Amino acid sequence: MAELHFTSWLREIVPNGPLTAGGDTVGAALGHVFNELPHVRGYVLDERGQLRKHVCIFADGKRLPREAALSQSIRPDSKLYVMQALSGG
Amino acid sequence: MSERMIVATRKGLLQLARKNGGWSIERTSFPGIAVTAALHDARDGTLYAMLKHGHFGSKVHRSDDGGRSWQELAAPAFPADAAGNPTLFQIWTLEAGGGEPGRLWAGALPAGLFRSDDRGGHWSHVSALWNVPEREKWFGGGYDDAGIHSISPDPRDPNRVFVAISCGGVWDSPDAGESWTLHGDGLVAAYMPPELAGQKETQDPHRVARCAASPDTMWMQHHCGIFRSTDTGVTWTQLKLPVDDFGFAVAAHPSDPLTAWFVPAIKDEMRVPRDGALAVARTRDGGKTWESFRSGLPQRDAFDLIYRHGLDVDATGTRLAMGSTTGSLWVSENAGEAWQLVNAHLPPIYGVRLY
Repeated sequence: MAELHFTSWLREIVPNGPLTAGGDTVGAALGHVFNELPHVRGYVLDERGQLRKHVCIFADGKRLPREAALSQSIRPDSKLYVMQALSGG
Repeated sequence: MSERMIVATRKGLLQLARKNGGWSIERTSFPGIAVTAALHDARDGTLYAMLKHGHFGSKVHRSDDGGRSWQELAAPAFPADAAGNPTLFQIWTLEAGGGEPGRLWAGALPAGLFRSDDRGGHWSHVSALWNVPEREKWFGGGYDDAGIHSISPDPRDPNRVFVAISCGGVWDSPDAGESWTLHGDGLVAAYMPPELAGQKETQDPHRVARCAASPDTMWMQHHCGIFRSTDTGVTWTQLKLPVDDFGFAVAAHPSDPLTAWFVPAIKDEMRVPRDGALAVARTRDGGKTWESFRSGLPQRDAFDLIYRHGLDVDATGTRLAMGSTTGSLWVSENAGEAWQLVNAHLPPIYGVRLY
């Protein structure tokens, strides 16, 4: 199960981190989180299902390109960080 | 007269109350978060705040207890099949739906119109306006995309709705958004090539305000001047101010269709008060003549600009509130003739509303 850490900016939205989730990709792991916590989805993804422009995801110490982040393969012991991109202010 | 106001700012929602002749901040909600629109719904006392998180998107919050507690609701969203694959950038304006209980209208950037019939619990995208063929000629005014900043349900018929779009002209629906007609005869856009200056779908109405008691009367601060309509926005007559006629905000007197207020600035390449001196312009004869009021307003070194929703008048037409881009907030108790500074150190102010 991958470990998902959310930025402290979202502590009111995801109060009990880090979370764990299965899945072979970042998108699949996040999908499990959204199933459990539906209100988190709109903070991370836009209505097109794309990663929000100013949200960035790190997987195992590497920042993922925005366009490819959700399809990035992960391992069962991966650590993911969902962070605010400073491009958003 | 209104004894309270909400102020939507770059750094949160402020609630102010009038006590002993002065105004003070009673509560700050959503500190640090941009509040792009706010509404006190006079029908049931509900407060609404439209938030724009810099990173996490636009959100809708509602308070049923006067702002003491807030509940996050579903945010408006463009549907998957919306042409052009738009995503919501921000809610730019929120209005109550008049005589239709529970109805709200939200205008967005990009220029989507959304309707709720259950106090913001659910939102539907008004696809008929998004799908008008003229939309391909719309363009952004100060933003990447065109946006809806003015929504006015007709007080006589809540299903008749008027909207204004920067830059996409003025539109009217007789059937709660099912069909739309483009209006705007008489509007002039100097930013277009001369042969397109009168093209309705590329006009930039910065803000439109309607006289509540005489709903056919509308006032417009346009990118290229000030206009007035007496036929519900179908045709417009340009009015001449003595000096500057650029600006963003307009307030319409609630009962006198001949009275309105504007806040002039040097036109578009500058967007600051002339000579660093802020003034409010008022007409009481339908725009034939104008008075300029400066008492209580900064008269040197002022860069204050009043955004589209930064000027409001209460139901008596006597009390006004005004908030600026540089975080100053004023109140007038005598129909705009003199102003009292409430606070000069607030965040940039997006909107003020008396209630």
